[in-house]
Order: sequence, then structure tokens, then C-alpha cells
Amino acid sequence: MMDEAGLKTVILAVAAAVAAHADELTALDSAIGDGDHGANMKRGFDAVAAEADVIAASALPDALIKIGTKLVMTVGGASGPLYGTLFLTLGKQLAARPDDYAGALLAAVDAVAARGKSELGQKTMLDVLYPTAQALLDGKSRAEILAVANREAAATRDRLAIRGRASFLGERSIGHVDPGARSSALIVEAIAETLP
Amino acid sequence: MSNVGIVIVSHSPRVAEGAADMVRQMVGNEVPLAWCGGDPGGGLGTNVEAILDAIHRAWSDKGVAILVDLGGAETNSEMAIEMLPPEQANKVVVCNAPVVEGAVMAATESSGGASLSQVRATAQELYPA
Repeated sequence: MMDEAGLKTVILAVAAAVAAHADELTALDSAIGDGDHGANMKRGFDAVAAEADVIAASALPDALIKIGTKLVMTVGGASGPLYGTLFLTLGKQLAARPDDYAGALLAAVDAVAARGKSELGQKTMLDVLYPTAQALLDGKSRAEILAVANREAAATRDRLAIRGRASFLGERSIGHVDPGARSSALIVEAIAETLP
Repeated sequence: MSNVGIVIVSHSPRVAEGAADMVRQMVGNEVPLAWCGGDPGGGLGTNVEAILDAIHRAWSDKGVAILVDLGGAETNSEMAIEMLPPEQANKVVVCNAPVVEGAVMAATESSGGASLSQVRATAQELYPA
């Protein structure tokens, strides 16, 4: 079980990863969207990091709910409610079934799909989150899960966008990695590398 | 106020304000009306806190219809509705309609005393199913 210091380390690592890649996320989003994904995600995770002490002092389910709420209120784009829903649902699920991380994550990803009215294979963050949850469910190692997330993010490059701003581009969305898939992989990577 | 409230949510505060001006020109003060636009950092985008505030400003016991522009405006509006207390949340709807025309049509319908479902249906006629 993660202690307070461990949880704070993970929170700060995720925020640092998002901040370090904010320009990259914005560049990806400029290619096929409205070019605000990096700035929005950085604003949201900076706000989470600013309260890392308070959040980390909570039990894990409550900490995840606090993170989700903070993202909803600060991100300012569709990724706010989408990532917010991911963390909020994960927190609520873990409160109900504290030992079932994979099941809780899968339920949280389902909630993101419902929030975004999207599904697997539509060039969104779901293309990373569903395989990540599945890898966790299959009992894969941390390194394997991380590899799945990065591989699936890269695989969005060749897909046609069906949902979100990128879908306005039709065929022209093909050939660019989806910014939401990339940010999801970054978060998975930061968590996988810093979990105690 | 006994008429359904209208909330306009755009990525751009100027689009939202302009649409609200057009609604006022049509219905005067007969309809509770509020707008918001822009992300929490002041850029183009939408903001759950501002949407919640707009819902409260346009509140009517008959309910509130929200008109949105692009994806994030809809997603953030749906999130805002879920954050309301249940007795309020079930009186707020997002209309699947173009933001300017939808706001004017919805407000005009509301000004005649229509119900929330009638107001939404009128706005949504602008997007054929």
C-alpha cells in the first residue's frame, strides 16, 4: 500500500511529466485540434501539484477524487472533464473495492468513454487507457504496461479521428499522434516509473 | 422568474456575449439569461466553475437550457450539471443545437411560457435528427 510520501512523489512526477511535455502536447494538438492540450493539461496538473501535500494526506480513493475534482475545475478544455472523470471514478471505485485496481481502472475508463461518447479505436485517449487497463487486468509487469501505453499512443498516428475537434479534419487527421492518447501514455509512464 | 432560463457557453467570451445580445434583442428581460466563455486561464475554452455560476444566474424553477458551441463546451457543461445537487441537476439540459440560432430559438420559446422539454425540442429542430 502506498504511504503519504509515496503518493506525493507520484503526484509530483505526473505533474512534472505533463509540464515537461506541454509543448509537445500542444504541437500535437495544433496539428489536428485547437492547440491548447499542453497548456490545459499543465494548468490542471500544476494546480494538482500545488495541493500535493493536502491530497497525499488523504487515503488513496479520496486523494484520487480530489485530483479529479481539481482537474475538472482547472483544465478548461474537454480534457478536464475527461481526465477528471477518470480520476473521480477511479477514486469512487477504489473506495468500493480497495484491492481491485484493474477492475477499478477498467470501470473508470468506461466512465471516460461515456463522458466523451466515444469508444476504443477512435483515435482518443481511450486507445491508450483501455489497453493499459487490460494489461493491468492480465497481470502484466510494470515495464510491460508502460510499453503497452507507449505503443498504443504511437499507434493512434495511423488512425482516423471519429470524435473531438480532430474529427473535423476527416482523412487529414491520419498521420498525427492523438494528443490525448499521448498525454495518457505520459501519465501512465510517470506513474509506472515512480510507484514505490 | 417563471420562464425557462437560458445559458450560453462558448469557447469565446465574445461569441457568448454576442449571442446573449441577440437573445436580449429578441426577448428583452422575459427570460433569465446568462453566458460564459473562456478557460480558467483567460484563453479560448470553457470552464466548469463559470458554467455553474451561469446556471445559477439564469436559474428558474422551470429549469435551464444550455446552448454550447464545440466539444469541450458540451463536455464541460455536462460535467457542471452532474456537480449540481440532484434536485437542480434534473432541471438542466444541454441542447444539441447551434449556439447562436439555438439560443435565440430557445429563448423565444421560453418567453411564451414553454416547458424545459419544449424549449429544448425547439432549439434541437435546428439540427435535423
